[in-house]
Amino acid sequence: MSTDVKKSDAQVAKADLVTATIDGIEVHVPKGTLVIRAAERLGIEIPRFCDHELLDPVAACRQCIVEVPDAGNGRPMKPQPACALGVMPGMVVETAATNEKVAKHQRGMLEFLLINHPLDCPICDKGGECPLQNQALSHGDGESRYEGVKRTFPKPVNISAQILIDRERCVLCQRCTRFGEQISGDDFISLSERGALSQISIYASRPYESYFSGNITQICPVGALTSVDYRFQARPFDLVSTTTTCEHCASGCELRTDHRHFQVKRRLAGDDPEVNEQWNCDKGRYGFCYGRQSDRLTHPLVRRDGKLVPASWPEAIDAAVVGLKAAGSEVGVLTGGRLTLENAFAYSKFARTVLGTNSIDFRARPYGADEAGFLASEVTAKPMDVTFTDLEQAGTVVLVGFEPEDESPAVFLRLRKGNLKNRTKVLAVAPFLSNGSKKMGATLVPTAPGDEVKALEEIASELEAGTILLVGERASLVPGLLSKVRQYAAKGVRWAWIPRRAGELAALEAGCLPQLLPGGRPVNDARARVDLQAAWGVAQLPDSAGLDAEGMLTAATSGSLKALVTAAVELSDLADPEAAKAALASDSVFVVSLEQRLSELAESADVVFPVALLEEQIGTFINWEHRARPVEIVNARAQSVMTDVRVLAALADALGTDLGMRTPPQARTAYLEISDWEGSTPKFTTAGAFGAAAGGDGVRLASWHLAVDDSRCLDGAETLRQSAPAPVARISAATATALGVHDGQQIAISTDAGQVVLPAAVTASMVDDVVWAPTNSGAELFRTLHAGPGDLVRLTVVKTAGGAA
Amino acid sequence: MSGHEFVAAFDDASGIDSHDDQTNIGEQTIAEMRQIMARYPEPRSALLPMLHLVQSVDGRISDAGVQICAELLGISTAQVNGVATFYTMYKRRPAGKHHVGVCTTTVCAVMGGDVLLDQMKEKLGIDEGETTPDGMFSLERLECNAACDFAPVMMVNWEFMDSMTPEKANALIDNLQAGREVHSTRGAHITSWAEAERVLAGFPDGLADEGPTAGPASLAGLQIAREKGWTAPVPPSPAAVDGGKPNER
Amino acid sequence: MSVDVLTPTLSDNWDQPDAWKIANYVARGGYEAARKAVGMDPDAIIGLVKDSGLRGRGGAGFPTGVKWSFIPQANPNPKYLVINCDESEPGTCKDVPMLMATPHTLVEGVIISSFAVRAHHAFIYVRGEVLHVIRRLQKAVADAYEAGYLGKGIFGTDYDLDVVVHAGAGAYICGEETALLDSLEGRRGQPRLRPPFPAVAGLYASPTVVNNAESIASVPAIVAKGAAWYKTMGTEKSAGSTLYSVSGHVKRPGQYEAPLGTTYRTLLDLAGGIRAGHQLKFFTPGGSSTPILTPDQLDVKLDYEGVAAAGSILGTKALQTFDETVSVVRTTLRWTEFYKHESCGKCTPCREGSWWLVQTLRNIEQGKGQEGDVEKMLDLCDNVSMKSFCTLADGFVANITSSIKYFREEFEAGYHTPAWELFPYEKSVYFPYERERITVSEGAGE
Repeated sequence: MSTDVKKSDAQVAKADLVTATIDGIEVHVPKGTLVIRAAERLGIEIPRFCDHELLDPVAACRQCIVEVPDAGNGRPMKPQPACALGVMPGMVVETAATNEKVAKHQRGMLEFLLINHPLDCPICDKGGECPLQNQALSHGDGESRYEGVKRTFPKPVNISAQILIDRERCVLCQRCTRFGEQISGDDFISLSERGALSQISIYASRPYESYFSGNITQICPVGALTSVDYRFQARPFDLVSTTTTCEHCASGCELRTDHRHFQVKRRLAGDDPEVNEQWNCDKGRYGFCYGRQSDRLTHPLVRRDGKLVPASWPEAIDAAVVGLKAAGSEVGVLTGGRLTLENAFAYSKFARTVLGTNSIDFRARPYGADEAGFLASEVTAKPMDVTFTDLEQAGTVVLVGFEPEDESPAVFLRLRKGNLKNRTKVLAVAPFLSNGSKKMGATLVPTAPGDEVKALEEIASELEAGTILLVGERASLVPGLLSKVRQYAAKGVRWAWIPRRAGELAALEAGCLPQLLPGGRPVNDARARVDLQAAWGVAQLPDSAGLDAEGMLTAATSGSLKALVTAAVELSDLADPEAAKAALASDSVFVVSLEQRLSELAESADVVFPVALLEEQIGTFINWEHRARPVEIVNARAQSVMTDVRVLAALADALGTDLGMRTPPQARTAYLEISDWEGSTPKFTTAGAFGAAAGGDGVRLASWHLAVDDSRCLDGAETLRQSAPAPVARISAATATALGVHDGQQIAISTDAGQVVLPAAVTASMVDDVVWAPTNSGAELFRTLHAGPGDLVRLTVVKTAGGAA
Repeated sequence: MSGHEFVAAFDDASGIDSHDDQTNIGEQTIAEMRQIMARYPEPRSALLPMLHLVQSVDGRISDAGVQICAELLGISTAQVNGVATFYTMYKRRPAGKHHVGVCTTTVCAVMGGDVLLDQMKEKLGIDEGETTPDGMFSLERLECNAACDFAPVMMVNWEFMDSMTPEKANALIDNLQAGREVHSTRGAHITSWAEAERVLAGFPDGLADEGPTAGPASLAGLQIAREKGWTAPVPPSPAAVDGGKPNER
Repeated sequence: MSVDVLTPTLSDNWDQPDAWKIANYVARGGYEAARKAVGMDPDAIIGLVKDSGLRGRGGAGFPTGVKWSFIPQANPNPKYLVINCDESEPGTCKDVPMLMATPHTLVEGVIISSFAVRAHHAFIYVRGEVLHVIRRLQKAVADAYEAGYLGKGIFGTDYDLDVVVHAGAGAYICGEETALLDSLEGRRGQPRLRPPFPAVAGLYASPTVVNNAESIASVPAIVAKGAAWYKTMGTEKSAGSTLYSVSGHVKRPGQYEAPLGTTYRTLLDLAGGIRAGHQLKFFTPGGSSTPILTPDQLDVKLDYEGVAAAGSILGTKALQTFDETVSVVRTTLRWTEFYKHESCGKCTPCREGSWWLVQTLRNIEQGKGQEGDVEKMLDLCDNVSMKSFCTLADGFVANITSSIKYFREEFEAGYHTPAWELFPYEKSVYFPYERERITVSEGAGE
């Protein structure tokens, strides 16, 4: 197709098709289709390097030259690049298949490309999957007539910590620079020099630090751009490829994961035009080593004499059963937001049928009082509505509590595409205009954290039918905001909730909320319970809403909660990690944790079970579009074959109840059996009255997670971490002046609980009396300050040694 | 002998030196950069003149120049680097006070340009692309400078030195070295490379009225026409002129 | 009526002292055509220029009036006029002296042309390597502003026109109109994909006309004296007069303004013929990008059709002339080195083809060519020809193929004998020099 917004053929009226002839065969394509695409439809592959179906054509490599005996007007054209020539009615095109001149042109172009191309194939990563090799074989001559000198450059050169360039290999197709301009907006690489000396370069002091930099190694048609992590690791024929889904955010990008000898060597972006097109972000691409760290759990642990020691499975299960039985139904389940649907469903059923409790919550993050009710009523069990394609075609998109480039990069890419191609207007309700927002051409609606409701009211005229409102997980922290969203939804504004984690929507469908049973059944609806009881073959399901995550931790502190079953919950992610730590450390709480890697929470655990990594199991994620995304087994020779489902099944058996599933496929079947509830659904009522955030001394704290930060999921991806954005404290010019601070100077953000010191970044668009710092880059912000977004904090200048500020 | 050194190995020592942070760019220059930007409907158009201005102040494309241009125009330093390394007039190493060029494209080469370039290398003791240690002269092998009827041609600070000979070339260098006033054959008195760059940035130096209307070769045809009384045809009467109203004064 | 052999029009005031000053230009009737034009209907001016048969003087020869008429006036974007003063084609040296002598002719042409296409902004893009031309243009524009010929409400009308003199920074490829536009936008000067054409989406994606300096400078005379007058000069399809630039081994190199269709025999004669004791070997009709011609083609009419019929291109009428002392291998190599240096690098055939051909030609020049090199070069040229992104590559193809066509034996001699042995280089130099004293640099070790 042309690079314009795609329509399916069904949408293109017959009247819009034009007929042309390629190699004597008639083809009917939408008006404006490029000849190279039309030829592909006929199975005719015209060789090419610079052409890429998602990038605007440049016709630079000249490899795709074809003859056009008739342009459609009876007159011939001089040889044309098929990648830049639109099909016209009656056009006649000849490719190398039917015209020897064209075959000669193409041989000639390949010969030219190879004269300065180094004979690096034996040591080049691309060998074996290289378009230049392949096309040299299919369309080139066997031998070169070149006996001159090849131009050489020192190589390889880092253009960022994770990407190397071998300039001699570059064929100057400019896919990489066009990707930066047209797709990601990060143009830290550019052509430089001229003629045969032309090369792709950064400017020395500014490496190619972009969340999307890895895509250029994938689209480079030669081995010029390679990944530091993957260099020399494997040949394509050594690799076993699996199409699966990324686990790092809620967009659910399709990945192609390649392993060699059962170790994942690399992850490439998959090709899914509906979701991530052919791109992914560096987090998804390079963040796959977390399971190889030394803290990976391979056998159960049991606490004896205050220490966790390895135990056998039977021992561990017995120990767990003792504690859980003693707790009775005064037990809670924290599932975290990263589980597949199958695992989440197992926890959900386990909580209800084995433990006899509705105290289950997937939210291992700060949240507001309204959120659970809102999600249960407005998000769960809803069909697909807003999609990526809608974002690209929307007239206006409003972002609230959501920073696309950091919190769901694939959404950012699509919004940027919409802005560039369709003039999609983006309004960002945020405390400053982030780099991502700038790249999307977004307009800032300057909003201090806590004032989002007022901000939305101020732009009410933008929030009409046709506008799409994207609501992030931080929205629930603002009192009244979710109600506001619902009001706009009622007016016909389309909206979507986009959390940061991959498993949150699946957790909702699995019923991992205290008032929500699987399939969107309200806990307090008798018919719903009965229906589920029947399906599950149990006499009774607990009939009142349970405790939510914070409720469980409070109850653990007070002693009314006696046991907790957790799945990979990091204390740092919770709203009050220290309180949580204290709660769990208490002797009165029996903690059973199922984790892949030994977590901080395990310090308080009584029994720890190892569970399989995502790459070792089959499953399903549900992305923010409510689209099911398959997770396939990448590594069939897993260190631990016990999925969460299996471990819970073992516990259930030991506790005397059949969980009804032992494997993820069985869990999926079990879920599907009950997922079609058509009865009543939870109703959202707001938790209380809301006013503006309280005033006081200090500035308000704003924060979100950067896409690449200290998150444990990026452990082992050290080269990626080196290109993480440096943490700064953003303040407005006025705030800086009032503080007597200049750009770059160290300032301390503090509360009574602690302080975080960062260099000040005076930001032109920043709202006054607000400070923004990243949640988890260099310091755990909320944990150290014991404060969250919207809270008041103090700013002070850090005096350097010698006294001068 | 073609004379062009055929270079096949390109190293990174020839890029813009991003470690050299010496610069003379201050508030005045930045204000002038903004002035340049204001001349155009889209400010990025100002980049080429801005880089000339950087050269006039820093003697080369300095790292500071790249950073400041990038910031003022809202583009990346990689983009500025891409532009600065595309055009041959932008120097990455300090040019001399006087930048001397010798054209060696075919007509000039054939008529003596190659000889003159070699002579300059020997006289100045430097190779093409280099600057003398005392900073007085830099030397460049030039492409056609649009003065072929005055071949062989040399340029000093982008001023014409037409119809050169070895003697004239020697005298040129000697005079410039001694600080004597030298006049371009079709231009003003030679100032300096940096001052020339400033004019290219769009800040006139008031010397437009120096120099002749035209050089001898430019007048070759006209002279003959004058001798032979040849003129352009005389047009018919104004009323017969196409498409216009009668001339109203 | 018969027309004189030389018809000074653009060059008519070049022998006047201080001709570039506005007072002198006005005293000769300068700016009257502009004053008249801004009182006319813009479309009438376009029609007038169309009728005159003026064709672009930058090499392509596209009818100027027709180009102006491609501007879609209904397009809501501002219209722009850009003057291409990036004279860099080897052999071409007509715009520089014209701009130096009489910059106001160009400014007046800019006013009329901008008015015709309804542009309120015009840019004069001058190559950076001609400082004094830029000085004179800057001054001319400033003086025109002061006189009320530029700026707000020029000549007392409500038409506003701003003109910016913009210096380039050294790139021959910026003479290509779309590369010029990218350069003017502050980018690398690399040609753009067409469509869209500049008339629809040119500078800042807005309708733009790009014209050569000589073309625009020809406009005031056409407005003043009429289309019919212009057509009395030249031939049926190539109207008007033009500046023929004669350079090389002639007695009187220089600018010869003559009607289109003049033969080189006539011009060569006016230029005093080849220097004493020597004979014409070959010449280029229109710069290095045009196939060379030999003494057999001295009677070709130097207009667009005549030169095309002779297998070459009129181009920029840059008549580089070489006598028998010159090695064609040397000239071809040197021109190919020019193209290799100036190639923007965007497309494979030009970037790699020029790299390869230079090396092959160097070997031939050094007498180290290999049997079959000539056939190989011709085949490479065939692979490059008409398949590159812009016509820069077609320039070196034209030169190499025509040089081999007429002087194949010289290239084949390069399989065993250096060119400078067959054609001692010192013989083509005008001044004597001691070959032993000067060390001509050896080709770099590969």
